[in-house]
Amino acid sequence: MSQKRDAAIVGIHEYPERDVEGLVSPMQIKAESAARALEDAGLNWSDVDAIYDSGDGGGMSGLTISEYFGLKPSVIDTTAVGGSSFEYHAGHAKRDIAAGKANVALLTYGSTAHSNARAIGVGGRGFGGTHPADNMDVFAGMTLIANYALVAQRHMHEYGTTSEQLAEISIATRCHAMRNPEAVQAMHDLEFLDIRETTIGDVVNSRLIADPLHLLECCMISDGGGAVVIASPEVARDCKKPPVWILGSGEATKYPENGGDITTSAAIQSGPSAFGEAGVSASEMDIAMIYDSFSITVLALLEDLGFCKKGEGGSWVKGGRLRFDRPNDGPALNTDGGGLSSNHPGMRGIFLLLEATRQLRGESHSQVENAKLAVAHGNGGMLGSRHCAGTIILGSD
Amino acid sequence: MKEIKRPLPRVNELDTKDFWTATKQNEFRYQQCDSCATVIFYPRRHCTGCTSGKLQWKVSAGKGTVYTYSVVRQSYHPFFRTVAPYTVAWIDLDEGPRILSNVIGISADEVSIGLRVQIEWEEHEELHIPLFKPA
Ligand SMILES: [Zn+2]
Repeated sequence: MSQKRDAAIVGIHEYPERDVEGLVSPMQIKAESAARALEDAGLNWSDVDAIYDSGDGGGMSGLTISEYFGLKPSVIDTTAVGGSSFEYHAGHAKRDIAAGKANVALLTYGSTAHSNARAIGVGGRGFGGTHPADNMDVFAGMTLIANYALVAQRHMHEYGTTSEQLAEISIATRCHAMRNPEAVQAMHDLEFLDIRETTIGDVVNSRLIADPLHLLECCMISDGGGAVVIASPEVARDCKKPPVWILGSGEATKYPENGGDITTSAAIQSGPSAFGEAGVSASEMDIAMIYDSFSITVLALLEDLGFCKKGEGGSWVKGGRLRFDRPNDGPALNTDGGGLSSNHPGMRGIFLLLEATRQLRGESHSQVENAKLAVAHGNGGMLGSRHCAGTIILGSD
Repeated sequence: MKEIKRPLPRVNELDTKDFWTATKQNEFRYQQCDSCATVIFYPRRHCTGCTSGKLQWKVSAGKGTVYTYSVVRQSYHPFFRTVAPYTVAWIDLDEGPRILSNVIGISADEVSIGLRVQIEWEEHEELHIPLFKPA
């Protein structure tokens, strides 16, 4: 196996608050997180020569963010592909560093989706843009969750997947959330009614929002953000924390096509690209940080990434297989508590990188012993219609 | 009190204008390339299958099959919250186009994948909306 170690995650920070109404702005969350992540790495603002941003700074985000942070980067990348942006950014940072264009890359995210009562998660409308495609379905009353429910319904029809199987994803994630003090605090701050480990019965008996998806299969809507610092091997060597290497990356798109298969996501294309570059396979992963906007998102993505065959996800996840304390059964899923139970301010992709890094450093609240390899997969846009996929493979020394 | 109406497409959107104009005659149009036979839907001005073909308008017979659906029980939209629960579905028309619409004329709980459906036009001033009822 010839793995390239071109770039490593050397600094991370997850903004701890989930409800900052009127007190903190998205830009402040970004800057605070950036400073803490640089400290985590033992670096300073002046070390940063590349910034990556998904548009938090508005129309000319790269410029706005540079000025706000007080940086004069030689690389700017403002790829904006929703929740998968940060996996794209990590892949691009690796590429830019390997090409000698940068030494220290800074990725940041800040959002006050909860305070703005933004329509995501259970509340999402999902449509209403100005694209010609939107002009064809604006009349149908699609909601964001219905978009994902359309995938779940077809998955159940084709493969016999059940609500009880989908619930496994919700309860494994909640199990991990209950071990993460920030996630527990988040659920309190966001006024979750019943903050405890859940059962399959709890999930399938929670109310239907868009058939076949129930309330406890939907992500939360929080405020929040974070930052990731990625550096060259030369810089990484002198950082405070052990490097977490970016071993592979993959990108792909998917949109509705006449006669297309809705149960298969863009991960079917981005996964092989990332695993191939890293020279590893899904079965070797200790940790799977998979974008959990809804239960079905994880099920479809696990299949597409190759953890099991298409259609077999339902039986594969059964029996608590995804829990952190079942390392012999495959990867631990979303050990921070996920978007379902810890943090989802609209674009969750950065948190996938953060928790994967914690695991490979040995810093998670649901630590998998001796975790060496992790996959972070972001899904940006909507699973049932149009989305981008970003896959990143991470490895410790 | 002002009646809250279904949100409607813009009839002057350049790619989809001809489609929506034809709905006033209860015609469901789609495009096919005269060179490579690719069916294009949603409407566009270029063929996605080849670079040289011209797109021809065809008219669908309006019959199709439910590919997948969801019963929406919660919506924050001022119109759709008043009609919930309602069914959104991807419909595969027999000629190839896949369209997102609502299945009507049947209780939401009776809709199923594979159900045969046909267009039921909902009339509005500037355009008609293709909804689907059991065939
Ligand atoms: Zn053509």
